[in-house]
Amino acid sequence: MEQQQERDAWFSAKNLKLITTPLGGNNPITVQVLGICSALAVTVQLQPALVMAISVTVVTAFANLIISLLRNTIPPRIRIIVQLTVIAALVILVDQVLKAFLYDVSKQLSVYVSLIITNCIVMGRLEAFAMANKPWPSFLDGVGNGVGYGLILVLIAFFRELFGSGTLFGYRVIPDGLYEAGYSNNGLFILPPMALILVGVFIWIQRARNKELIEKN
Amino acid sequence: MLRKFLDRIKPQFEKGGKFAFLHSTFDAFETFLYVPNTVTVKGAHVRDGLDMKRTMIMVVFALMPCFLFGTYNVGLMHYSALGETAAFWPTFWFGCTKVLPMLIVSYVVGLGIEFIFAQYRGHDVNEGFLVSGFLIPLICPPDVPLWMLAVATAFAVVIGKEVFGGTGMNIWNPALLARAFLFFAYPAHMSGDEVWVADAASGPTALATVSQGQAANLPDLGQLFFGFIPGAVGETSKLCILIGAVILLWTGIGSLRVMLSVVLGGLTMGLVAHAAGATVATPWHQLLMGGFLFGAVFMATDPVTSAQTNWGKVIYGFLIGVLAVLIRVFNPAYPEGMMLAILFMNTFAPLIDYLVVNRNIKRRQRRLKLKEVKN
Repeated sequence: MEQQQERDAWFSAKNLKLITTPLGGNNPITVQVLGICSALAVTVQLQPALVMAISVTVVTAFANLIISLLRNTIPPRIRIIVQLTVIAALVILVDQVLKAFLYDVSKQLSVYVSLIITNCIVMGRLEAFAMANKPWPSFLDGVGNGVGYGLILVLIAFFRELFGSGTLFGYRVIPDGLYEAGYSNNGLFILPPMALILVGVFIWIQRARNKELIEKN
Repeated sequence: MLRKFLDRIKPQFEKGGKFAFLHSTFDAFETFLYVPNTVTVKGAHVRDGLDMKRTMIMVVFALMPCFLFGTYNVGLMHYSALGETAAFWPTFWFGCTKVLPMLIVSYVVGLGIEFIFAQYRGHDVNEGFLVSGFLIPLICPPDVPLWMLAVATAFAVVIGKEVFGGTGMNIWNPALLARAFLFFAYPAHMSGDEVWVADAASGPTALATVSQGQAANLPDLGQLFFGFIPGAVGETSKLCILIGAVILLWTGIGSLRVMLSVVLGGLTMGLVAHAAGATVATPWHQLLMGGFLFGAVFMATDPVTSAQTNWGKVIYGFLIGVLAVLIRVFNPAYPEGMMLAILFMNTFAPLIDYLVVNRNIKRRQRRLKLKEVKN
């Protein structure tokens, strides 16, 4: 499983690429289509989406780091259960921190924080990358994928909160004058289907701009 | 004269001409004004000069009675709510001031988006939207703010049609999708107690009354049939819908199978619900209330989104009728089930067709085997 890796500088071009590709060309949500479930659930408002994005980034980054450190000692047959234990421990940590310092947001996110364990992105990166790479590149890969996921989450939440509630981070941004002129909030943006449609639109825009991503069949 | 003008400017839009990039726009207007040169002469699919444009125009003609009556009715409801009586023309004129802006907004937004996409993709613009754009104002309450209508139309055309590749590729009926968008996005404006009746007053429609279970307030069947009741523009007069149905059937555009099976499904489910005591409305009320008949005649029969096989059409129609009444009776949040029923069955139409075709294949295989055994 071990790939021979040359010693690189800490922020060499190759290592930086680990962070940048998941942001665009290999985005976990719009290209690999993973983690859709939480993208639908926590994006009604910006604040929970942002917190969720940070939580997932922390979990993927440190899970990748820990598994990469352990990769030579984990027996292949029980690797999934070892990975799960590491992820679960990290998620519990994140959950406790949120409960201690951001109680309101933690309430809003409810079960979705603990559901990070089942987020395919975390497990996918461990299997695909951390099991075969050195700790530092693995850490960067985790950060990159977490941020790539968070980026889409925040984008969706931005549009959903803006059009669904007329607010951003809970502050009213649409002026009262517009409401008086007959504007009203779009209830569809509060409902989960709109998040799905928005993800679809993002995928559409991305593929229209980047022809390499279009599947050939 | 128009022909001459078109012929003169035509070279500009051909390949290499000055406005070659506007080719599809030009083509759309030319073929709209004249029968295109490329009408299918022979072949399996179209056997006469009736191309898609003529088909669509026929549907618009069939919708005309509903449209004209609906416009008049909007005015009538307005004056009757104010307790005044007005002559025919002022009444009709007031309806026009309400309905025509909706029609214009729906066409401008929808066709605008369609032209942009066709231009961008190098497709020809086709007239699928001619009918959708006409249907949208007919199935919305007359007071819906125009900007909401514009947003809904844009949503329906982009998400409902262009994403899937334009006219003929859509899974759902675009006009219904626009209404569904409005319904979920701005529920307060769309149905229930507060829906618009006239400028001065708002009151419950027949469906809202029934869902509250007040048997005494049940509307008169005759009134429901002729349509002097509040409601969306096109759906009120069942007489005009029947005239439209006759036109569609006579020209062979609408499918009698779908229409009849929708009605049958609605009656069956209405009978069951009434007999079980779940609703005070008789099956006949179910048939004549709200948009049931309008949906059955103009929406369910949409050749693109309905089932294609003969048995598939029967199953598809019957389930629409059943579901529409089911939603009406058992889900108090959605007093009108027709829209959701049709969209739902649109989703399943390909599956129904698949099953019907597979059944046929199996039956023939069995027949073939039987023959071989005999020989």
